[in-house]
Amino acid sequence: MTASNLQKMLDRGNFAVSGELGPPKSADLSTLKHHAHDMRNHVDSYNITDNQTAIVRTSSIGVAATLIQMGLEPNVQMTVRDRNRICLQSDLLGAVSFGVRNFLCLQGDHAKFGNEPGSKNVNDVDSMQWLQAVKKMRDEGIFIGGDKLEHPLPPLFLGAVVNPFADPFEYRPYRLAKKIAAGAQFVQTQCIFDIDRFERWMTKVRELGLHKKVYILGGVTPIKSIGAARYMQSNVAGMIVPEALITRLKGAQDKKREGINIAVETIQRLRETEGVAGVHVMAIAWEEVVPEIVERAGLYPRPVLS
Amino acid sequence: MIVGERKPFPKILQSVENYEKILVLGCGECVTVCMAGGDKEAKETALALSIARKRAGKPVAVESKTVERQCEFEYLEAARRQVEAAEVVISLACGVGVQAMNMHFADKLTVPGLNTTFMGMPLRQGVWTENCLGCGDCVLDLTLGICPITRCSKSMFNGPCGGSQEGKCEVSKEVDCAWQLIYDRLIKMDMLERMEVIHPPKDWSASHHGSVRTSVREDVRIDGQ
Repeated sequence: MTASNLQKMLDRGNFAVSGELGPPKSADLSTLKHHAHDMRNHVDSYNITDNQTAIVRTSSIGVAATLIQMGLEPNVQMTVRDRNRICLQSDLLGAVSFGVRNFLCLQGDHAKFGNEPGSKNVNDVDSMQWLQAVKKMRDEGIFIGGDKLEHPLPPLFLGAVVNPFADPFEYRPYRLAKKIAAGAQFVQTQCIFDIDRFERWMTKVRELGLHKKVYILGGVTPIKSIGAARYMQSNVAGMIVPEALITRLKGAQDKKREGINIAVETIQRLRETEGVAGVHVMAIAWEEVVPEIVERAGLYPRPVLS
Repeated sequence: MIVGERKPFPKILQSVENYEKILVLGCGECVTVCMAGGDKEAKETALALSIARKRAGKPVAVESKTVERQCEFEYLEAARRQVEAAEVVISLACGVGVQAMNMHFADKLTVPGLNTTFMGMPLRQGVWTENCLGCGDCVLDLTLGICPITRCSKSMFNGPCGGSQEGKCEVSKEVDCAWQLIYDRLIKMDMLERMEVIHPPKDWSASHHGSVRTSVREDVRIDGQ
């Protein structure tokens, strides 16, 4: 069994680029397939979001099957919000069975934010416990309850998310350390708009030597408009959008162009930051700009690995 | 204590619309303290029902009474005369009291006048907060007296999620982030290294998830069964 493309890319020291696809509120995947196809030469792997912001969509595992059929590599996001440990473990096995090798273990936004605010938040295990559980399934061949898997799992590449923009700020590097201890091989960060704060976080991460134990992919999102920036500033959990960034957008004649410029500059700065192993480009509802961003950031063509 | 809130009055009115003799029964315990279902509220509810039904042209005989504790059969006997005289009882106790009434006076229907909200405490006058989910396996020793299961909106065991900002939960600026509180208290008590411990998945079988719970204490039983 070979490692995933994302893992190989990182293991061989290439600056990785992961993309993101948000499944639709329907079972019609034609638009998603179109987006996936358009960025196939520009990203190493695709995150598939799991009912993002608690809005019901096609399942991440369902979409992953489609991507694999297209010859593309999914990174399946799994939140603990909607499934208990029976379902999480079962879904993981199902996804592995048809070829998924990258998993991103997350907590998930509270259901209150979504289109089923009356639903139960499951949270049987938390994101840390789920990450550790997958590691144990893979490395020790045991389920959470102690029962044994009948056959060992293939190599899986396990990811987690970290948010340098959440509080308590001083704790956040230690939270990364805890996720590494639980089994994270790579982490993706929340969207970076406040690069100074990100760099303060990275300084501590390097001081703790964590960048040598895990691949850190910086989260980058191009901002489409001042409205989008304002929305993220006040309505998206755990984000910091500095006022200076909004001022810069206001001063620009072509807001979209400026949004792309900012994303490109952010990637360039991340490439120069010691300990950052790649970028995770999240351009949900603006997927068509991903190739341009990747190209202008000097990350194209993507290495083709055997 | 158990905290409750009175059901919207139109709902109470609707639940007894087909009856002409009504008893409103308060409880002298938790719901008296949280000012939702004590003697004062029972009298108010009875009066409001009487006025509303009179206005609707369907006058009704309403009595009110409050027992010391609605969740134990022996205290319910104090209301036997009023219960027997009524066609229906509106209980202003928590859900436990409503069920105790329906068990003890099995021939009479008792309907809820309150929504039982949570186990909690008054933070200040007029404000109550939820503190305990009754999970059956207390972890407050590990988290220095702040319950992550109840007070973290995602019941996280291993630290704050990425939605904690400026001490508040992503769900609402009105809700404190339980893990920020735990973190601050660990610093204060010089136990910050506890944040590094990875707590394994909880055994929820001690909670309601393990099925309906019955607590048996052999040492205090006298029924010999």
